[in-house]
Amino acid sequence: MLTIEVQKLSKTYSGRQVLKDIDFKVQSGEVFVLVGPNGAGKTTLLRILDLLEEPTEGRILFNETPVDYSAKDKVALRRRIGMLFQQTKLFDMSVSDNIAYGLKVRGEDKVTIEGKVRETLKLVQLQGYERKNALTLSGGEAQRVSLAQALVTEPELLLLDEPTANLDPRNISIIEEVLTNINREKRTTIIMATHNMFQAENLAHRVAMINNGKIEGVGTFQEIFGRPSEPVKNFVKFENVFSGLSTAFTEGTSIIDIGDRLKIEAAFKKSGYVMIHIPPEDIILSSQPIVSSARNMFEGRITQILETESAVKLKVKVGESKNFTVQVTKKSFKDLQLSIGTRIFLVFKASSVQII
Amino acid sequence: MMCEKMFENTFLEEILNITLLSLKVSGTAVLIGAIIGIPIGTALGFGWFKGKMMLTRIIDLTLKSIVNTFMGLPPVVVGLVVYLLLTTSGPLGPLGLLYTPTAMIITQLIMAVPIVTGVTMSAIGSVEKTVRERALSLGATDRQAAWTVLREARTGILTAVIVAFGAAISEVGGIMIAGGNIRWVTRTLTTAIVVETNLGNFDLAITLGIILLSIAFIINLALTIIQFRGQKR
Repeated sequence: MLTIEVQKLSKTYSGRQVLKDIDFKVQSGEVFVLVGPNGAGKTTLLRILDLLEEPTEGRILFNETPVDYSAKDKVALRRRIGMLFQQTKLFDMSVSDNIAYGLKVRGEDKVTIEGKVRETLKLVQLQGYERKNALTLSGGEAQRVSLAQALVTEPELLLLDEPTANLDPRNISIIEEVLTNINREKRTTIIMATHNMFQAENLAHRVAMINNGKIEGVGTFQEIFGRPSEPVKNFVKFENVFSGLSTAFTEGTSIIDIGDRLKIEAAFKKSGYVMIHIPPEDIILSSQPIVSSARNMFEGRITQILETESAVKLKVKVGESKNFTVQVTKKSFKDLQLSIGTRIFLVFKASSVQII
Repeated sequence: MMCEKMFENTFLEEILNITLLSLKVSGTAVLIGAIIGIPIGTALGFGWFKGKMMLTRIIDLTLKSIVNTFMGLPPVVVGLVVYLLLTTSGPLGPLGLLYTPTAMIITQLIMAVPIVTGVTMSAIGSVEKTVRERALSLGATDRQAAWTVLREARTGILTAVIVAFGAAISEVGGIMIAGGNIRWVTRTLTTAIVVETNLGNFDLAITLGIILLSIAFIINLALTIIQFRGQKR
């Protein structure tokens, strides 16, 4: 597997310095997340790591060998690296042919290609899409095909530039699940840029805070960010954010219809279109329907489990397409004997529903 | 009776001859134009002339400007130049090509090459960076990536050829001068319409006009279908 070392790397575009003295080392099998605002230089850094651009100064070492930028060296190295761009550019051919591309240019035989393409389609949950033209897909599906393109060659290093930006929760959770799995099972090294702090917290072994082309800190998520303040958290998390038409009642509550025949009761009075947020730690899980003072109860199915250092985060699908994120302690996770597919009741108070 | 039938036969025969000659001249010109123009347009679209050196950049820019200028060449001027080259006292006079279909093909070829080159160039230029980088990052060699770019630009390249054919088939000034509009030999749809209208033979002029319009319609239908397919995706 690959270790990556970046030494004193700088990049200048016609006099404007976009990266300054970047230094870091990523271990084999590590998930290294670059966090920072737009224009911080994350994309440029990833493009340099994918050898699409050369640094103005400094160097990159893969497995302790510096990159010489000969054409042969670049192709050989790129064949060990998978890259997912933020803006997906799929080829005007079928989904299968798109995914097979990396194998074809490596001269793999037909039988191998067919098998690997099928396997990878399954991984990104797009079985049945083989013959579709890739340009007819939705944004989320296209991004998953793009991920499959990069994964089919079993890269040792995966570079991801905002892989889930502008995607809906379902596609985000599929992509995050795939990334977690391949890192765990194949020990694939991952370097990912994101400005979704929750994603960084969930996936990263280490985080690099990058701002104005400089790395401002490298460490675990907790070391870098500690416990982020409530407003920051609310801003960065896309979890449990729903929108719909709200109807206010005289008792001082409102009912928000978020679609999928789901109605959420909230302790505010507001009519019209609203966006709401329910903090994951305010939701109670119950294996049975319960009678309580909490005004909201929904039945759902667990689709994803993410263990962080302090707690367990569960994704629960309610109705056809609504995904709730619930945070429970490790102990209650164990006591309730939860696993993927478990049917469960979500209970939360009307006062936990916040308007955004 | 007999005479009338013969006249009718000749009338149809002449129309057929004129139509086929038009298709042959414009078709051949565009075919050769594509063989020359697509590689040049490809090279320019890829920026292969654009090195790191200042001089090569100037060459690249100059070439692109020339192509863009020549895309709008006035056909009569091309006809005049070809005439001057092929006329008996001209440099290529001994070849005896003036007032032949070959002279007309040369004229339309000169107009078709910049059109095919220019449209190909912009078709490739518009997908070049994103497609090439995606291909490279998926492990393609430079050559494989270039092929992929060409493949992705195929709709644009096909458009280039169709646009050039559309321009050639409806062109009149150039082939009139270089071909001379000789009956049964170098008379095409457009030149015939000019002459027959002048002579007052409106039935023939109108018939030829309808044929020309039909060909133009088919070309545009093909273009629209191609563009519609592009949009749907």
